Amino acid sequence: MAKRIEASGVTAWYGSHRAVDDVSLVIEPKQVTALIGPSGCGKSTFIRILNRMHEVVPHARMAGKVLLDGDDIYGDGVSPADVRRTIGMVFQRPNPFPTMSVRDNVAAGLRLNGVRKASEVDDAVERSLRLAGLWDEVSSRLRRPGASLSGGQQQRLCIARAIAVEPEVLLMDEPCSALDPVSTLTIEDLITDLKNDYTIVIVTHNMQQAARVSDVTAFFNIAGAGEPGRLVEAGPTAKIFTNPDDERTEAYITGRFG
Amino acid sequence: MTTLAERRPPGVTDLLARRVSGRRRTVDILARLGMALSVLVALVPLVAVLAYTISRGARTISLQFLTHSMRGVGPLDSNGGAYHAIIGTLEQVAIASLLAVPLGLLVAVYVVEYGRGPLRTAVRFLVDVMTGIPSIVAGLFIFAFWVLGLHRGFSGLAAGLALAVLMLPVVVRSSEEMLKLVPDSLREASYALGVPRWRTVLSVVLPTASAGITTGVMLAVARVTGETAPLLLTAFGFDAIRTSPLHGPQSGLPLFVFSQASSAFDVAVRRAWAGALTLIVVVMLLTVAARVVTGRSRLRVG
Repeated sequence: MAKRIEASGVTAWYGSHRAVDDVSLVIEPKQVTALIGPSGCGKSTFIRILNRMHEVVPHARMAGKVLLDGDDIYGDGVSPADVRRTIGMVFQRPNPFPTMSVRDNVAAGLRLNGVRKASEVDDAVERSLRLAGLWDEVSSRLRRPGASLSGGQQQRLCIARAIAVEPEVLLMDEPCSALDPVSTLTIEDLITDLKNDYTIVIVTHNMQQAARVSDVTAFFNIAGAGEPGRLVEAGPTAKIFTNPDDERTEAYITGRFG
Repeated sequence: MTTLAERRPPGVTDLLARRVSGRRRTVDILARLGMALSVLVALVPLVAVLAYTISRGARTISLQFLTHSMRGVGPLDSNGGAYHAIIGTLEQVAIASLLAVPLGLLVAVYVVEYGRGPLRTAVRFLVDVMTGIPSIVAGLFIFAFWVLGLHRGFSGLAAGLALAVLMLPVVVRSSEEMLKLVPDSLREASYALGVPRWRTVLSVVLPTASAGITTGVMLAVARVTGETAPLLLTAFGFDAIRTSPLHGPQSGLPLFVFSQASSAFDVAVRRAWAGALTLIVVVMLLTVAARVVTGRSRLRVG
């Protein structure tokens, strides 16, 4: 488990608007890479390109290369569904399937991809819920609707759902922005645990969070409204937060941003 | 900083507050009254229709009425019943639903999940046009095309076809609205698990919208069950029991009510009321049944 992602020359458009311009970034396995930057700087677009979710949006296009352990995920004959099974994603707002129980939510990825054996599904559900630190809280109510959990629990349920299909990489698009500080802390601890098994990329607006959980930080920026987002610099989190190479990074990190 | 209360003498603030809240209270009471009145006014015709039908129909409705046809019943006989019409209506509505519901759902799924560009616009426009078709025109269409054109003659099947024409746009429209209500975040969650699009539609989008879709379908069924005009040209009406909808004229509850009510004899008018009550009960039972079925399937998944 855990694979390396190499993105090079990634450019993305929505219709005629260029949202991301020429981003190249290497994401190392078993590390947490944080993407930070102001709103509209293309972090979310970039992360969605990493598992081919970008192309779900109407009129969205991209150029450039994304290699997963050397394999081009945009190569000929590579199906987006296979890519997404290998590179899982957790979204900004918890989005459990409302018609499914806690158990069925976690099992959804397996079931909808054709795993039918009940014992296999049960094992995966328990393993994923344990890994997501949710097992003790929900083991007695696996048959209750997934939407009956609290917001923080729902987000961990979504993480469990994502890891149940055993991906190599886990992408998290602002996973804590809809949560309270306590739930945020739980999820951050969870990210640190998951790092042992997965390559993790997290988009966050919370700089303390980036500093707490990530090993590598990449700073994205836009020159102005309507301009595309670009990668300013990436490096070890400690360096980016204490001694960045670029003055724009320093301005953003210290809050002197304009 | 001083607050409002500190700057004014307490008495003045008090008085002001009371005056403001007094006005608010009046407005509140007036608004409530207005709403209660509107509800009452809206309920009057509904309750009146129901109550009058029940009071008139209950006098005549009986086991005998529900289990006998009009075969051999003379104009002044008080016996005879709507059994043949109940069978006809159930068969005709079942045929219409079997045709219109799957087709309508597929069209709605196409329009919301797959449709792009001019074809989607064209489909939506045609559905809009279909919504506006008067029911007699749907009847005439099947009459000209099926009954005469293809020499199939009057039958319950022809009635089912005409009703399906009327039902289709209603099913498409209501299902379309319900599918649009399913948040994109659920579709994305499913795609992100590597679930293909068709599977996402089947296992995530449709179940999420199922309650709303059922309501829409039931409204369509209810609307179509009471249609009379298209039946005149397709099922035509028949006095005796005809279980097969495939050949020969068949009755239906609306036709039964129509023919009995247009009779000059009191016994027939009484049968018309009993038929009307039966029609209402049939629609109600269908609605309840649909609720129970979707309720159960949701429970199974959830």
